[in-house]
Amino acid sequence: MFNVNRQMLTRGALAAAVAIPATMFAGFALAQVEGQPTPGGLGLPNMVTPVGLGTQQFYNMVLMPIISFIALFVLGLLVYVSYRFNEQKNPIPSKLTHNTPLEIVWTLIPVLILLFISVPSLRLLAEQVEVPEASVTIKVTGNQWYWSYKYPEDQGGGFGFDQMLKPESELQPGDLRLLSVDNEALVPVNEVIAVHVTSNDVIHAFGVPSFGVRMDAIPGRLNQTWFKIEKEGVYYGQCFFICGKDHAYMPIVIRAVSREKYNEWLAQAKQKFAGADSRVRVAAESH
Amino acid sequence: MASSTMAGAHDHPRGLRRFLFSTNHKDIGTLYIILGSIGGVIGFLLSLGMRLELAYPGVQIFPGLAELLQGADPSMALDAGKNLYNVFITVHGVLMIFFMAMPILIGGFGNWFVPIMIGAPDMAFPRLNNISFWLLVSSLVLAVISMFVEGAPGMKGFGGGWTFYPPLSSNTGSPGPAMDFVILALHLAGASSILGAINFITTIFNMRAPGMTLHKMPLFVWSILVTAFLLLLVLPVLAGCVTMLLTDRNFGTMFYDPAGGGDPLLFQHLLWFFGHPEVYIVILPGFGIISQIVSTFSKKPVFGYLGMAYAMVSIGVLGSIVWAHHMYTVGMSLNAQRYFTLATMVIAVPTGIKIFSWIATMWGGSISFRAPMVWAIGFIFVFTMGGITGVVLANASADKQFHEGYYVVAHFHYTLSLGAVFALYAGFYYWFPKMTGYMYSETLAKANFWLLFIGVNVVFFPQHFLGLGGMPRRYIDYPDAYALWNLVSSSGMIFVTLSLVVWFYAIIEAFMKKRLAGANPWGVGATTLEWTLSSPPPFHQFQVLPRITGASR
Repeated sequence: MFNVNRQMLTRGALAAAVAIPATMFAGFALAQVEGQPTPGGLGLPNMVTPVGLGTQQFYNMVLMPIISFIALFVLGLLVYVSYRFNEQKNPIPSKLTHNTPLEIVWTLIPVLILLFISVPSLRLLAEQVEVPEASVTIKVTGNQWYWSYKYPEDQGGGFGFDQMLKPESELQPGDLRLLSVDNEALVPVNEVIAVHVTSNDVIHAFGVPSFGVRMDAIPGRLNQTWFKIEKEGVYYGQCFFICGKDHAYMPIVIRAVSREKYNEWLAQAKQKFAGADSRVRVAAESH
Repeated sequence: MASSTMAGAHDHPRGLRRFLFSTNHKDIGTLYIILGSIGGVIGFLLSLGMRLELAYPGVQIFPGLAELLQGADPSMALDAGKNLYNVFITVHGVLMIFFMAMPILIGGFGNWFVPIMIGAPDMAFPRLNNISFWLLVSSLVLAVISMFVEGAPGMKGFGGGWTFYPPLSSNTGSPGPAMDFVILALHLAGASSILGAINFITTIFNMRAPGMTLHKMPLFVWSILVTAFLLLLVLPVLAGCVTMLLTDRNFGTMFYDPAGGGDPLLFQHLLWFFGHPEVYIVILPGFGIISQIVSTFSKKPVFGYLGMAYAMVSIGVLGSIVWAHHMYTVGMSLNAQRYFTLATMVIAVPTGIKIFSWIATMWGGSISFRAPMVWAIGFIFVFTMGGITGVVLANASADKQFHEGYYVVAHFHYTLSLGAVFALYAGFYYWFPKMTGYMYSETLAKANFWLLFIGVNVVFFPQHFLGLGGMPRRYIDYPDAYALWNLVSSSGMIFVTLSLVVWFYAIIEAFMKKRLAGANPWGVGATTLEWTLSSPPPFHQFQVLPRITGASR
């Protein structure tokens, strides 16, 4: 059903309508896997960082109930006035055009609601923006169309590598189309990771939905963001700013492992990537 | 014979002369509506291509389209197709904003009804009005040409989104001339709108009939006045912004190039200083139209007239100082993000006043559910839906989860694709009998409504789920997990397409059946001046200026 077929210019929306129910059941039957998008998912992904959990709470507990209530309230009012004041039921219109107390109320109540929203909003914002002291710093550079990672020397790194999309022909069982890459970036679990984000050519954006992190990669600027992954696992992200024809083909994969495994990986990676990729070195030195 | 010399004294050209060289506000308004409809249909076809592509994971139709439309070599078809998808999203955005919504709402309805509603014979500067229109036509031609000349190396058209951020739009990303065509198109569209804005402001301030004070003007005129001021203030900023991009591209300046001490963020700030007021430029005339219609069909004056007028003024002012909420992820300082969060949320207050005042206008009214009213009620609901997700996105903290994702796409299409377009259709069905003299089929107009209402909700509501799940926007292909909601979203286009067919048929049917509408088809609720004239109005109205005594809202 999901075959790539470039010749099929005419695959129409009509076929789509027929296929909806079938796909819907398939979608809901699949379970949610942390770190990757849920088939047919309705809400935010499972979050694995403090900032992500904060975002999830803020959206699910504060924003979502309030906006749902407002939408239903307005819909209810519209239905009621349409029913109660249609010309059959109410042939003589009233001449009511002012009601100062009412107008004050519908100005003040929204203000109060917004004040109520702004308190958790601004608290979460500060948590996102102020980077705590980090035990690991990595530099991520956007390129057309892949990401480069650099691990600093003073933290046991001193190497860099490119992270490229795994082509469809090379996918192994368990890999995800458009999300799996050749070189995963490892970080230790339960430690604060600071990420420096920049770009070599056009603007990209580094985003991992289950971290609550989205940061633009802008040439000439070094942006900083952070995450602390509280659960081991593989987490997928994508480029979140249009950057040319292969914008959809530069995924991000971060694997969170224990400190011991991370140290082992550092040692291996140092060997593996030593001088392996001159493109990365040039990229890193040009900044 | 005396009367014919009277008529001869006024210029009343016919045929090609009448429309090419027109200085008559009604003829120019009609031209704008036709141009906007053409722009809208092309923009719709582009979105149909995008939704067909996104119906299933994988790349299906764009490589073939690239071969077909741009003559791409079959060996390069996949890359050309990916590029063409980006070109489609870019041109879709540009067309829908600059060549559909603005021409119809401001150039079309504004030109037609602002002079009539304030009791003026025509616009203040009729020849300026003519050049405004033809500048926009030239601009559209340039924008369409840009799709067929080189942009990115080896690719045709500029595919960087309607926001044109450098370095993707500078020589780094698109060295070919496609982006230069886009910049010149923006220059012409901007000049056209600035001239139009000057014309509206002058007309509204100087040509009101005796007794038509500012506080007696219909709310549609208020909405055009606020819009015109916004246009006049922010379009020069856009012009400067893209001119600097033009000199960066062609004359070696470095405004946006960090290698020469420039900064790509300067472009973003300038663009959104224009771009955010621009979304209010698109929606404010809609607010005005909805106010007229709700009042007409509830047979009641607008509730809280002054509050409604000044809510639009404050939306205009606030809308001009919140631009960087489009840039929460660029790495702004904490305090800047705090300010833009709070300032953006404040806009919800005047917007709420408008929603509640419309409902209060209906409250106690005697509502007749004619087609324009059905569209207006639909507008109030879908605009509320777009407004509340706007409150979510106003929060810099929540936006970090949604930025450049499908939640944002759903949000702004609920405000614009549903909000502005529903207001546009409401206005179209409200004034169609006045503009043409013929009544359309009520059944077809309502069928058009229900098809579009169902269609756009099926298209855009599931996109909230995609955005929550983390799907980035402007993607030609997506991970398989997003397949379900993309398929549902694409299937909504069936209804949208049908609604357009019904719309065309409704127009053709009205012109064929020639049911005369009469001066005022809407009854006692229609109190503004256009309903005192014949349908269609005479070539020159108000040879004797009307005198406004009571409240004529």
